[in-house]
Formats: sequence, C-alpha cells, structure tokens
Amino acid sequence: MSSSPGAAAAKPEPSRSMLARMRDSDIWHSFTRSWITMIAALITFVLIFSAIFAHQIAPNDPFNLASLSLLDGGKPPFWSPDGEWRFPLGTDQQGRCVLSSILFGMRISLIVGFLGVVLAAVIGITLGLVSGYLGGTVDSVIMRIADVQLTFPAILIALLIDGTMRALVGTARSEVLVFWVLVVSIGLSFWVQYARTVRGSTMVERNKEYVQAARLIGLGRITILFRHVLPNVIGPVLVIVTINMALAIITEATLSFLGVGLPPTEPSLGTLIRIGNEFLFSGEWWVVIFPGLTLAALVLAINLLGDWLRDALNPKLR
Amino acid sequence: MLAFILRRIGQAILVLLTVALISFSLFRFVGDPTQQMTSQDTTLEERLQIRKNLGLDDPVVVQFARFIGNAARFDFGVSYQNRQPVAKLIGDRFPATMELAFASAMFALLVGIPMGVYAGLKPNSWLARLFQTVSLVGISLPTFLIGILLIFIFSVSFGLLPSFGRQGVVNLGFWTTGFLTWEGIRSLILPSITLGLFQMTLIMRLVRSEMMEVLRTDYVKFAKARGLTPRAVNYRHALKNTLIPVITITGLQLGSIIAFAIITETVFQWPGMGLMFLQAVQTVDIPIMSAYLLLVATLFVLINLIVDLLYALVDPRIRLSGKAA
Repeated sequence: MSSSPGAAAAKPEPSRSMLARMRDSDIWHSFTRSWITMIAALITFVLIFSAIFAHQIAPNDPFNLASLSLLDGGKPPFWSPDGEWRFPLGTDQQGRCVLSSILFGMRISLIVGFLGVVLAAVIGITLGLVSGYLGGTVDSVIMRIADVQLTFPAILIALLIDGTMRALVGTARSEVLVFWVLVVSIGLSFWVQYARTVRGSTMVERNKEYVQAARLIGLGRITILFRHVLPNVIGPVLVIVTINMALAIITEATLSFLGVGLPPTEPSLGTLIRIGNEFLFSGEWWVVIFPGLTLAALVLAINLLGDWLRDALNPKLR
Repeated sequence: MLAFILRRIGQAILVLLTVALISFSLFRFVGDPTQQMTSQDTTLEERLQIRKNLGLDDPVVVQFARFIGNAARFDFGVSYQNRQPVAKLIGDRFPATMELAFASAMFALLVGIPMGVYAGLKPNSWLARLFQTVSLVGISLPTFLIGILLIFIFSVSFGLLPSFGRQGVVNLGFWTTGFLTWEGIRSLILPSITLGLFQMTLIMRLVRSEMMEVLRTDYVKFAKARGLTPRAVNYRHALKNTLIPVITITGLQLGSIIAFAIITETVFQWPGMGLMFLQAVQTVDIPIMSAYLLLVATLFVLINLIVDLLYALVDPRIRLSGKAA
C-alpha cells in the first residue's frame, strides 16, 4: 500500500497486533464457540454482499422493459423440465427473472430498513440524552409520549403514520416520496426503545466527575451531551440497532405486502411477495416462495446475530 | 390502593384523550374529505354546501368537542367510500375479528403452555431443543409470510383447508358466528394459527424459562424432599406459580393480536375490522381510520388497566411503590 519503503517496514506491526488483539478478544472467542452464530454471520454476509453487488450478480435486469419478453413469462425454476438456466429461479407472468428481482428487492429492503433504523436511533438517542440530562418537565413530557407509544405495537403505528403521510403528501405520483414515507414511518415507530435505554444510562453518567469537570470548564450543554456523555452511553444502543434491523425489514416488508409500501415499479421483498401471492393459486409457487424464503433467511440470520451480540456484550451473563 | 387505582385511571383517560386528539386531527387536517365525494364537475357552491353539511366550517375547538361527544355515543360519522355509518360498518365486522382473536389466543395458550412445560421440565431432550428452534422461527418470521406458507402447504399443495374468507357463518341477530358449523371452524383454522403462532412461541418461551426458574427454588426442593410424586411437584407446585406472568403477558398480548389481525385478515381476506381499516388506509377513508384507531386504543388501554390493577391486587410491592410515588 505505502509508497515509501521505511513506512512499509513499520506498517505491518500495528495491523498484525490489531488482528492478534481481535483473535484474543472475548467477543471473537464467543463467536467461534457458536457455530449457529457463524452460519448466521455467513448468511447475513452473503445476502448483504449480493444485495450490494446486485447489478453485477443478477443474471437479468428486471427493470429494463426492453429486455423483457412475455414469451418468457411463467417459467419454472431450472430443475423442472420446462425450466431454463437463463432464469435459475424461474420468471413471473411478465417474464421478469425471479432471482434478479429478489436481488434488487433485497437491496431496497435493506436500504429502507437501515435508513429507518438509523433515523429511529438518531431520534431516540437525541431525545434520550436530552431527557436524561435535563430531567424535570422535559423528561416527563418525552417519557409520557414514549409510554403512550409503547402501548401500541410498532407495526400499527407505522401503518398509521404511513397512511397519514400518504394522505398528506399525496404519494400517488412519486416513488421517491413513497420511499422516504416508509423510512420516516419506521423511524418514528422504533425510537422509544433507544430513548429509554439512553435516558437510563445518561441519568447515571450525568452525576459522574468527568461531566462535572466538563461543566466546570464552561462547556455548553450540547457539547457535553454529544462529545462527552454520548460516547459513554452508546454501547447498549448498538445491540438494539442489530435487533431492530430485523424488525425494520419485517415492518417494511409487511407494509409493502399490505399494499401501502413500495410500488411494483420499485419492488422490495414485501412487494415481490405481494405480487407473487396473486399467482400462488395458478401453480406458479416460485414467484412468491423464493422471495419469502429470502426474507425469512435474512431476518432469521440478523436476529441470531443480534441475540449473540446481546449475550456477548452483556458482562452479567459471563 | 385507592390512590393507585385513581392515578392509573387518570393515566388511562389521558392516553385516550391524546389518541382522540390524534384521530380528530386526522379527521380534520388530513386531506380534504370533500374531494373524495365530488367529481370534477361539482360546482364551488355544491362543495361549500357539502362542507357545511359535514360541519367542516365550524371552529376547531367546537369540532373537537363534537367529535368526542359523538364518539362517546358510538357515532363516528359516515364513511367517505361506502356512504354508510362507520359504527354500522364496524359493528358488522366486529364479530369476525373477535372470533379470530379468540381462536388464536386459545391456540396460543393450549399449545404454548404444554410445550413450555415440557421444555422446562426436560430442557436437554431433543424435543425441547426442537421446540426452541421452532420458536425462534416463529418469532422471526413475519405474520404474512407464515400465512402464505400455510396456504401454500395446506390449501394449494394438499387442498385440505380453505384458504380465504369466512364461511359457514350463522347470524344470531346481534352477532355472527362461525363456531356453529363445520365449514366455519375449518375456515378459521389457518387464520388463527397464523395470528397465534407468534403469541404461542412467546408463551412457550416464557413458560419454559419460568418453569426452569421455579424448579430451582427452595419450596420445590422441599416438596421433593417431602416425598411428593413428581407429578404433584411439577404441576401442583411449580406450574401454578409460573402461570401468573403467563396470564399478564397473555392479557397484554390480546391487544397486539387485534392489531396484527390487520395482516392476517389481509392474507386470508377475512372480513374483519382489520381488513376494513387497511382498505380505509388505501382509500384515505378518514372516518373509518379514526374510528378504528379510537376503538383499538380504547381496547388497549382497558386491557392494560385491567392487567395493572389485577397485578397490584396480586403483588403488594407494586401497590406500595405506587403509593410512595
């Protein structure tokens, strides 16, 4: 990598020590102890990798109308007598390759889920920090809102926000708008858990000496909160992010399946399942079952990783 | 105790008022209801007349008061799409959702508790490990996917059970029921398994962990030492004590069963409130949306309140901390 010979000689040392440190760490140890976790990590990695490089991997382009042919419609997977290798997992009625649709759909599902979780984390962490640090009226108002929201399942809230925003902005025309409506619905449905966790640890950190010291040298509240308190309360949040990632993907898929998510022109896994579901009774099971199994594998693998991470990072369980 | 009850009821009313405000704002500020009811040819005068008839030109506070007053009398206005009173539409579909919810709660309890007890008593047997794996799948899979897979296996591949609709319904006048005919029960099986699977796995895991914890306690050891049969120790002493949290969780889960019914009803085209709500979201039928929201919120708050009060009755520690706060 490095161009100067002196630096090249010195370079390997820190990187090797970092690898060695990782190999000796508790987390790596508990990772290699559990073969289920390793399989889950492998599946997650393969799925995310193929979603990122969907353009390179996909055998066909399901969005290019010019390359679609109705003559290819309704082809079964390659192992059936009528199947072709051109379409490994068969095609739908319009002749779109199911495997390629899954790859692109998974990409959209992952992006929506990821952005939704990030938004939820940002809202939740900010409100949690403010609530825990300031206390008083601000704290009770935020926590009462959280209590009310916690009474209802997240999917119901997402559905409601989604429905309301669709009515407000009139999403009939714009796919981009639908995309962001989904992200915001997921973000606003999942912030409570972050806020509660961060608030709890902030209330502990608030009284520690380093915060008092920061206050003494005259730092502003925002600086103290985000530069000093935040790094100390962020740990548990990472576990919630992993577990919520699976939930967010499920939520997006559910909304799209219910017909209030992404449109068929920009299909996520949920949209694909919804479209495929209409062909289930005409015997073309592959159009719905393969996206369904992909979604199941993705969610299950991320959940397993999240479970492991929670146990591995929780010192009480050791 | 009285202070605790009053405080808890006060909170419940506050939550309900908040939800009422949200569903009223939906009603008032989202979209223009007259647009749904008119065509391009409607004149401005006609539009104004429609607004006046719907009471949309009164001050907001007056409208909110009227909204709450009407809601208390189960009057939620007229659906924009069907031109029928919302209360009647909901009333027609209420039994379908309630029977589905009841059947899936029964499924969750009657299957989940025995599985949990077995897995708690013999945590290392292969069957218990199988239960754990299955429960992980049940928790991870989204509801609609479970429904589709069940339809694929039992309706499409083997043709054993009906895949959609509510059949063999008997009208009792005030209630429609599918429990009285064989057809009705058959069409209820797949939807209620779909809806109850998540709750079943939850109950199974809960009973398992509670059971394992209780079996380690001193009184169970003492019961064993007294020479009681394993059956008496396991079921009379241990199981009884695991059931308190199970009852709480089941109560709280009733609310989410009703919410998740939206998805199950869509997959199976079950003519319940959830399907109606979803259609309302798609067509921006605000009166139905806000009425459903208010109804579900009331159910949730009531269930929460009852569970909390029961808990306080059972566990004196909660009562005392409630008094101190």
